[in-house]
Amino acid sequence: MKHWGLAMAGKKNPWGTPGKRGDDSVPDPDTPSGEKSDGPRNPWLPGGGSDNAGKRRSASIEDIFKNRGPEGPRRSGGPGGPQFRLPQGPGGRNLVPWIIGGLAAIWIIATSVHFVQPGEEAVVTRFGGKYVDTFGPGTNVSFPWPISQVDKENVIEIRTEEVPTKLILTGDQNLVDLSYSVRWNIDDLTLFQFQLADPIETVREAAETAMRSSVAEKTLDNVISGEGRADVEQNVRTRIQAILDGYGAGIAVQGVEIDKTDPPERVIEAFNDVLAAQQDAERELNRARRYAQQVLARAEGDAEAFNQIYAEYRMAPEVTRRRLYYETMEAVLSNTDKTVIDADGVTPYLPLREVERGRQNSNPAPAQERPRQ
Amino acid sequence: MQTIWDRYKFAIIAAIAVLVVLASTLFVTPETKQAVIVRTGEPHSIVNMFDPEDPYGQTGAGFWWRIPFVDRVQMVERRVLDLDMDNQQVLTSDQQRLRVNAYARFRIIQPVTMVERAGDENRLRSQLSPILTSVLRQELGRRTFASLLTAERGTAMTNIRDTLDRQAREYGAQIIDVRIKAADLPEGTPLEAAFTRMISDRQEQAETIRAQGRKNAQIIRAEADADAANTYADAYGKDPDFYDFYRAMESYRQTFINGEGGSSMVLDSDNEYFNQFRGR
Repeated sequence: MKHWGLAMAGKKNPWGTPGKRGDDSVPDPDTPSGEKSDGPRNPWLPGGGSDNAGKRRSASIEDIFKNRGPEGPRRSGGPGGPQFRLPQGPGGRNLVPWIIGGLAAIWIIATSVHFVQPGEEAVVTRFGGKYVDTFGPGTNVSFPWPISQVDKENVIEIRTEEVPTKLILTGDQNLVDLSYSVRWNIDDLTLFQFQLADPIETVREAAETAMRSSVAEKTLDNVISGEGRADVEQNVRTRIQAILDGYGAGIAVQGVEIDKTDPPERVIEAFNDVLAAQQDAERELNRARRYAQQVLARAEGDAEAFNQIYAEYRMAPEVTRRRLYYETMEAVLSNTDKTVIDADGVTPYLPLREVERGRQNSNPAPAQERPRQ
Repeated sequence: MQTIWDRYKFAIIAAIAVLVVLASTLFVTPETKQAVIVRTGEPHSIVNMFDPEDPYGQTGAGFWWRIPFVDRVQMVERRVLDLDMDNQQVLTSDQQRLRVNAYARFRIIQPVTMVERAGDENRLRSQLSPILTSVLRQELGRRTFASLLTAERGTAMTNIRDTLDRQAREYGAQIIDVRIKAADLPEGTPLEAAFTRMISDRQEQAETIRAQGRKNAQIIRAEADADAANTYADAYGKDPDFYDFYRAMESYRQTFINGEGGSSMVLDSDNEYFNQFRGR
């Protein structure tokens, strides 16, 4: 329509001028400005431009009628003919059709050749109404606008819907803090454009529904663990796709990614305590294992020592036994206070004070031997 | 110009008149709309009515005409529309409160009925919304809280959809599906109770883990002790008598040499140790 308007303006100006002039004729100062608006026509005017300009400066009703009137006295004035004729080419031909033609050509070319980029598609409708065609990548030609309306859209680009952290109920009636994102692209551009009133909102709502029902099938531990997460992601993707296909949305869900699964903040301490308990238990086990190692090693050591000595003992039982006995006694007695008494005849006198003293000197006192002669 | 105007005056006027008449007669129906032509207040005909059989390009979209000033064209959505329900508290059959957020997707399949009974899409939504809420309440109220979380929700949703669909048909709309977007515990007591339960669950779990740890540690110790005893028995069992002697010797050393504090001994000269001492 814009182009129509332009063409009309070209024609209209010359007609409008007389009327305008008529109105403006009384206040002269206004006139020059009125002339200036006509200015753009100047270049088109033929050689007698200065002549005409002179006339225009003193434009008045008289001037207009002079030129306009069929019987005007100065009608055969300038070489360019009457002043208010349409602009003419040098050859005296009318230029307006050429201008209109040029503009129309530009408009037709600009609005009927479409470069569709790789990964894009374009839906063509007749006057924004009936669907006519879908353009694939490349150069496509349609009728000019507004006969054909062409809407380009990237169909390969993966779009991402981020869903922020939300509390979701799990199958065992626990709550989990979960955030995820959905990746999708346009599968069928006509369906995408014509089927749903709000495709993006639909993706979001379908995702939410799918996520909640999938999580509700799992236990909390399952959702939090990596394995369960992959399950849920797969499950959600299938569900979203099924929901969207039910609407004929023309959308392909490429994937669902769970970014974060955490216990709710209110209970996170209790969850951490479970981890701490696991570590406690592990520590307890380690301690027990250490003890077991020690006990077993000791037992084996002891047994081995006994076996060694027993082997010797077997070779010479009596001697070995004696030897061991004396060695032990020697070691023991050389380290202790000793009081030897003879049981026969002598009333045993126990020097308890000495004994006490000996005990108080923690370092072994000199041997208090009173061997009976 | 003057000559053009003089010569084609009537043609130009006629052309403008034709344009005006065309502009007020022809209209374009996009693929996304159905047009109801209302003639003097009465719905007269439908352009581009929804039919799932029609592929795009062969629908009724595009140019159509009306009688200027007599026919009014009302555009009605042809696409799938969204009916959102705000958060609603639902009481389940086991007296649990649940905050439910649902949506329905619908399409206007009888635009005339829709225009007559509801007026436009927004008024249709406000008519359907309370129906959805009450149907949902009714249906979910018959189920237990636990069953709402599980797959049984599927049949609940089908029932809700069917009931709502019957009502929606009265308005010329078809319900495609109804889905629960979120079923949450309401803020306050129910949510707090759930948190408390989760915490006590975890505490129990933590205690169990600790107790298990202690138990297993005990078992490990006991097994080690048993193994050690076995090793000892194997070795010492070869000669219990010698073991008795050997162990006694070791014990004396341990007691008198390594033991804390000095020892004093009162020895009888009859002691075996003095056998040689007495010079026999």
